[in-house]
Amino acid sequence: MSFNINEYYTRLSQGDVLLAYKGSITSELINEVLEAVEEKLEKVNESGKTRKKLYNVLVESLQNLYHHIEVTHEGIEEDLDPKFAVLVVERDNDQYKVITGNFIQSQKIQFLKEKIDKINSMTKDELKDMYKFILNHQKISAKGGGGLGLVDIARKTGKSITYEFYPYNDTYSFFNLTIEV
Amino acid sequence: MEALVIEGTQKTPSVDFDPKKGELEIKGRSIPENSIEFYKPLVDWLEEYSDSTASKTTVNVHLEYFNTSSSKCILDVFKKLESIHKSSNEVLINWYYEEDDEDMLEAGEDYESIIRVPFKMIEIVD
Repeated sequence: MSFNINEYYTRLSQGDVLLAYKGSITSELINEVLEAVEEKLEKVNESGKTRKKLYNVLVESLQNLYHHIEVTHEGIEEDLDPKFAVLVVERDNDQYKVITGNFIQSQKIQFLKEKIDKINSMTKDELKDMYKFILNHQKISAKGGGGLGLVDIARKTGKSITYEFYPYNDTYSFFNLTIEV
Repeated sequence: MEALVIEGTQKTPSVDFDPKKGELEIKGRSIPENSIEFYKPLVDWLEEYSDSTASKTTVNVHLEYFNTSSSKCILDVFKKLESIHKSSNEVLINWYYEEDDEDMLEAGEDYESIIRVPFKMIEIVD
């Protein structure tokens, strides 16, 4: 049985969900998501510290999607909006989870896995050094901060980033990323 | 030379660079998708300012949030300030952070360790 996007989305949306979205990731959408989440956190009187961390993580993960997902996906039969991705923000006991899902070319899996595994294996100080190194040595591109996003997320949350790759077809896999805040 | 004044938006900070007083302020949120577009005028302005600096330049950075794409551009702004400082001008960067915002304090300390300009970390207490 191959990966089914609707089943996946339904499964994700079962927890204590603050926000669930599937569709195009545009600059306007990012504004709307940030506004909506900020409003909800204010309502429940979430501490400033957690609010800020969650906000930061949301910005980085949404902009990662914005900069890196492909506009169209060849050979995917489902009727997907351009720049398609899934975003779910949920409360899980006393923490929050930001979950993103998007199609990626399966040939990029290895690179991503190695990158996330490396980040997960690093201590707080090592992450700080890596962040500063990339900040100071890597050229910024129109695509963003040159790979700083995940490092920044790991630094700010102090937790491991969880990922899954679900095979989809010959070219694509579905990449699920879970960040705890 | 003219002052540089930019109004803040939901994703970009307000900017107020006063060349006569030597007071430069960046305030608000900096989370644009395309940071280069926003920060290039600031870097260009500083390039021009470096030829006719005030006797002392004070930079007030008061950011609530910034994304990683902005972080590189902010470094570019600081590098310009570093070269102004290097040419024997007095430069001070005041890095404001809200009470308990350790992430923002750490971000300031990261820059302080990279850029050779005096920094002052200022905690804002409600």
